[in-house]
Amino acid sequence: MTQLALVIDLNVCVGCHACVTSCKEWNTSGSAGPLCDERPYDANPTGTFFNRVQTFEIGKYPHSETLHFPKSCLHCEDPPCVPVCPTGASYKRKEDGIVLVDYDKCIGCKYCTWACPYGAREFDEKAKVMKKCTLCVDRIYDMSLPENDRKPSCVKACPTSARLFGDIHDPESAVSLAIREDGGYALMPEWGTHPANHYLPRRKIKLKIHKDELERADNPLKVDGQLPKPGKGESSMEDVSAW
Amino acid sequence: MKPAFSVIFLTTLLGAGQGLFLALFTHQSYAAFGLLPMQTDAFYGNGSVLVLLFLGGGLIASFFHLGRPERAWRSATKWRTSWLSREVIALPAFMGVVFFYGVAHLVGDRHEVVTLHSGLLINLSFVLGVVGTLLAFTLFVCTGMIYACLRFLREWNSPLTVINYILLGGSSGFILAAFYSAVVAPDQADFFGNWAIIITLLAFAGRGASLVRNARLKPKSTMQTAIGIKHPYIVQRSMGSMGGSFNTREFFHGKSPAFLRAIKPAFLLLAFVLPLMLLALGMFTPALLGVAFIIQYFGLMAERWFFFAQANHPQNLYYQTIG
Repeated sequence: MTQLALVIDLNVCVGCHACVTSCKEWNTSGSAGPLCDERPYDANPTGTFFNRVQTFEIGKYPHSETLHFPKSCLHCEDPPCVPVCPTGASYKRKEDGIVLVDYDKCIGCKYCTWACPYGAREFDEKAKVMKKCTLCVDRIYDMSLPENDRKPSCVKACPTSARLFGDIHDPESAVSLAIREDGGYALMPEWGTHPANHYLPRRKIKLKIHKDELERADNPLKVDGQLPKPGKGESSMEDVSAW
Repeated sequence: MKPAFSVIFLTTLLGAGQGLFLALFTHQSYAAFGLLPMQTDAFYGNGSVLVLLFLGGGLIASFFHLGRPERAWRSATKWRTSWLSREVIALPAFMGVVFFYGVAHLVGDRHEVVTLHSGLLINLSFVLGVVGTLLAFTLFVCTGMIYACLRFLREWNSPLTVINYILLGGSSGFILAAFYSAVVAPDQADFFGNWAIIITLLAFAGRGASLVRNARLKPKSTMQTAIGIKHPYIVQRSMGSMGGSFNTREFFHGKSPAFLRAIKPAFLLLAFVLPLMLLALGMFTPALLGVAFIIQYFGLMAERWFFFAQANHPQNLYYQTIG
């Protein structure tokens, strides 16, 4: 069983919102119709997005850190939004585990949003149906695209490669490896929804320099300074001559 | 949660309608066993029309909650998993049975279905009444479970939610029945009035119990579990949008904490205390029963508003600061 998912590395996310805009651009241009906006150029603009980047401050200044936190549908393995849907418009695909909404069946009762603890679904105020991240299902299987482009739009857009995409049920995949090796975790594990999307935690990377490393080990004469410049045509050697 | 007026009207109108039907059939059952004088067919028949008016009002209100009401028929398909779907089936089924129950009375149908050993005649209206009673309770359970089954909304995730939908609807319906009979069959008003007092007291206790329970709830989800960072001090600096989103509109009631605090005693007074006093007085002045129903209806609307507003959705953790 395949379970496609995103793994988001909070250690490298810089909060640039490139994933947000590329997601919006791709998904507002697809055959499913636009992701509607209201008052886009007025006060209080609002609209439908599949992906948002939020920012949190961890700790108290001056001992604080900024955390940028991209949030989209987590494609739960046990999605609570699916069984509550009265029409079957919300469903989880057996073949790849993507949770989708059939916009032609949705009656816009919003009950699924009540059942999602993550606030991952957004009601489209103009289309009057519920919308959510599709993991770019209209892109990842598109054989007319080069294989390298068959990834969700947000993954392609991320300038720091903070977003990984793959099958978390395949133990050899890059996403499984990242979850396993880099401490990938799920959001709100207390509800037993088993989100497929995982997050990689912030990791402290410190460069430890020992005192003996401050001196050049490859300078046996302990002489720092201008090295003899070899003449033209002569061979030169690192650390012995300047060139 | 944001209280939607369509849902407030839907649940309060359906509750009154179901309660009134239960009241009418309770009376018919008493009468069938000779405990009360059997009333004219018009009493039960016209009562059923009143029931259908309330149920129809609720049905109309429900459509205002849908983004795509023209597709509402689709919502009957997932009854295996969705309580909302079950409600969508139970409501028209109940309305249909009430309709035929009313028709059976209004055309004076005396069609005998079976005669019990005791010589008790069971006619068609009685059978329809039993089926209607079962469906009324089914509908109450469906309505209550729509809210009670959502485990993240812990204020609702309790058997008290279902019990209170039954008791509050029953209270409203029996008060309405007391008023109705005070107008058309004054000698029966006491029967409905007494039951109304009992059910209203039970509803008061049930709703009080859920208020006490909810006051002691501790949230399971925290900022730490929401973003997975183990630090005691986490503040949101930006929610990712400047003008709000569906998430900020649907899950916050948008009123001040003082307003929320004021609504609670208001609905306790309007939905329970005042109707109980008026019911007690109504024994002597039937017109007060009508006042009791109307005052309690406003109280139940306030109660339903509070029911939604008090529910704190875990997604709100992600939407605290515009930034």
